[in-house]
Amino acid sequence: MKKYILKRFFYMIVLLAIMSVFAFVVIQLPPGDYLTSYIANLQQQMGQVDEAIVVNLRRQYGLDRPMWQQYFVWMANMFRGDFGESFQWKQPVKDLLISRMPMTVVLSVITLVFAYAVAIPIGIYSARHQYSVGDYLASILGFVGLATPSFFLALILMYYSNRVFGLSVGGFYSPEFQNAPWSFARLWDLCKHLPIPVIVIGLASMANVIRILRATLLDELKRPYVVAARARGLKENTMIYKYPVRVALNPIISSIGSILPSIVSGATVTAIVLDIPTVGSLLYNALLSQDMFLAGASVLMLTAITIVGTFISDILLVVIDPRIRLQ
Amino acid sequence: MVWRKKKAAVSKEDIYMETQWQLVWRKFKKHKLAMLGATILLILYMVGIFSEFFATQDIAKRSTTAISMAPTKIHFVDEEGDFSLIPFVYGLKQEEDPVTWRKYYTEDTSRKIQLRFFYKGDSYKLLGLIPGDIHFFGTPEPDVFFPFGTDASGRCLYSRVLSALRISLTTGLVGVFFTFILGCIFGGISGFYGGIADTIIQRIIEFLMSMPSIPLWMALAAAFPSTWSSLQTYFAITIILSLIGWTALARVVRGKLLELRNEDFVTAARVSGATDGYIIRKHLLPSFSSYLIVNVTLAIPTMILSETSLSFLGIGLTPPIVSLGVLLQDAQSINTISMYPWMMIPGLFVVIAVLAFNFVGDGLRDAADPYK
Repeated sequence: MKKYILKRFFYMIVLLAIMSVFAFVVIQLPPGDYLTSYIANLQQQMGQVDEAIVVNLRRQYGLDRPMWQQYFVWMANMFRGDFGESFQWKQPVKDLLISRMPMTVVLSVITLVFAYAVAIPIGIYSARHQYSVGDYLASILGFVGLATPSFFLALILMYYSNRVFGLSVGGFYSPEFQNAPWSFARLWDLCKHLPIPVIVIGLASMANVIRILRATLLDELKRPYVVAARARGLKENTMIYKYPVRVALNPIISSIGSILPSIVSGATVTAIVLDIPTVGSLLYNALLSQDMFLAGASVLMLTAITIVGTFISDILLVVIDPRIRLQ
Repeated sequence: MVWRKKKAAVSKEDIYMETQWQLVWRKFKKHKLAMLGATILLILYMVGIFSEFFATQDIAKRSTTAISMAPTKIHFVDEEGDFSLIPFVYGLKQEEDPVTWRKYYTEDTSRKIQLRFFYKGDSYKLLGLIPGDIHFFGTPEPDVFFPFGTDASGRCLYSRVLSALRISLTTGLVGVFFTFILGCIFGGISGFYGGIADTIIQRIIEFLMSMPSIPLWMALAAAFPSTWSSLQTYFAITIILSLIGWTALARVVRGKLLELRNEDFVTAARVSGATDGYIIRKHLLPSFSSYLIVNVTLAIPTMILSETSLSFLGIGLTPPIVSLGVLLQDAQSINTISMYPWMMIPGLFVVIAVLAFNFVGDGLRDAADPYK
């Protein structure tokens, strides 16, 4: 088991390294390097920029060296905690990421938990009551969840919550709590703002989980061991939850690896529409204003969430599934 | 009863004689939702391809007298209670709220305009080639009939949605075409040769699948030079969508090849001196082509959703190209959608198209193996 975890850990590091190359390519793609716009900015502010400063800056970011060396300079700087400067915000990229990363992770985790918490009971219900009204309702929910783009769902929910509840939509807090210190009132305000993004982001994943769970559980319920358990007089509920549901939950847990990327994707679009301060909306603004340092670091952070999340789910699976544990 | 039994026997004999595709079609027809989905898709594609003919007017035409107007109501019964078989609409009067100064439109019941089929309206070039000026349905008089309302520049939303369907639905097809090629090549190499090639390709697939796709698409899409023409961006977007989307198909191809490559008929072909390429093309591909079709059908809606999301965010297709996502850009703010809710109509078409594709894909999945 230790060997397995070590192997997975090594694999995670390799993935992160590949992603950092991709993020670096993203930074390099637009014409001109990132200092060109930075120097142009400096010139605007101070009129004339000393040639020595330019040369110094170029050396500091390693722009006078070949491309592969530049990548290593960028990486080395990152390990020292220097992600570069955002031109748009006039702040170190590190500070921007620190202010948004925790909420991004929290939002993804809450959505993941919500999606499972709602989908698993629905999936079990519709498998046990196949072709009932509830089963059809769940199927409809599943289809609509898969077919509605997340931003469109966000728009519709925004429209209705504004009309029916009069909630100020978008963002994490009402204006009066935006910069207030932490208190129960602020936490409650946050809780009132969470449902819309969580539903919007989670619906597609929910639909997926319901589908998978229903299909596997239906297969399991036809197995002879279910008949045997019934024949021996086990109570229906005990029987269902103890055997077939446990078997059917395994593919669900291993699906975290594919569901987490879709949640991070959905969260990116939803955050932009609802104007939620996450790394996703940071990335969007960075891309629109060609703030490439910020964009590269944001892409790296977003993908890191899924890579680390998948690693954690792999370990969870080892703990839960003895077949993998004993290998 | 006896007669019935006889009939069943006869049709059973017929079934034995049918080809695989006839069997697939027979099974597919039984899936009601799939048939519904197929019908809807057929209509959407027809309307999209011949959008100029089905539109009520030119998509770029601005009506200064009808800015941000709600969908026009179609009447059968007029003010006096007289029924007319031919539907009609009323002319429009612009009025102003004395307090808020907000402009709104009311029906001018003194002006009654009948709707007509096959009337002569704005001239167009069908598919950019065939000139014409006959429109399917509408009014010859300009500026009165807008089935889905108009946008902030007074352009007819209905005509624009039809035109957007063409772009949005074909982006899916073109994207899937590239996905199909990539998936077949990589899945084929992986499954047929195995070994190191298989390991490397499987790692790449795992890597791509563990990535959140939208941030990657955003990053790639934002890197296009702004000097590119809209056609260039269109193809660039579809290629980007397929570069990340080929993995699912490659997995299916690989799995099926692994299953089939040790079958007797493949060994027989190899012993007879057939080349690898020949075996793949003539023996392997046909035996799982139905699975390929299922996966391709299910990949199209993902493409459509992705294109719509990217265009909605302003980093996919951009005007003057009109796609459903581009149209939805106008519905971005809460103010717009609460004052002009009809601007969300293009979103409904996205949902309908994607649902229809999913239904068809489900039906095909059930029908893919007709021998079950």
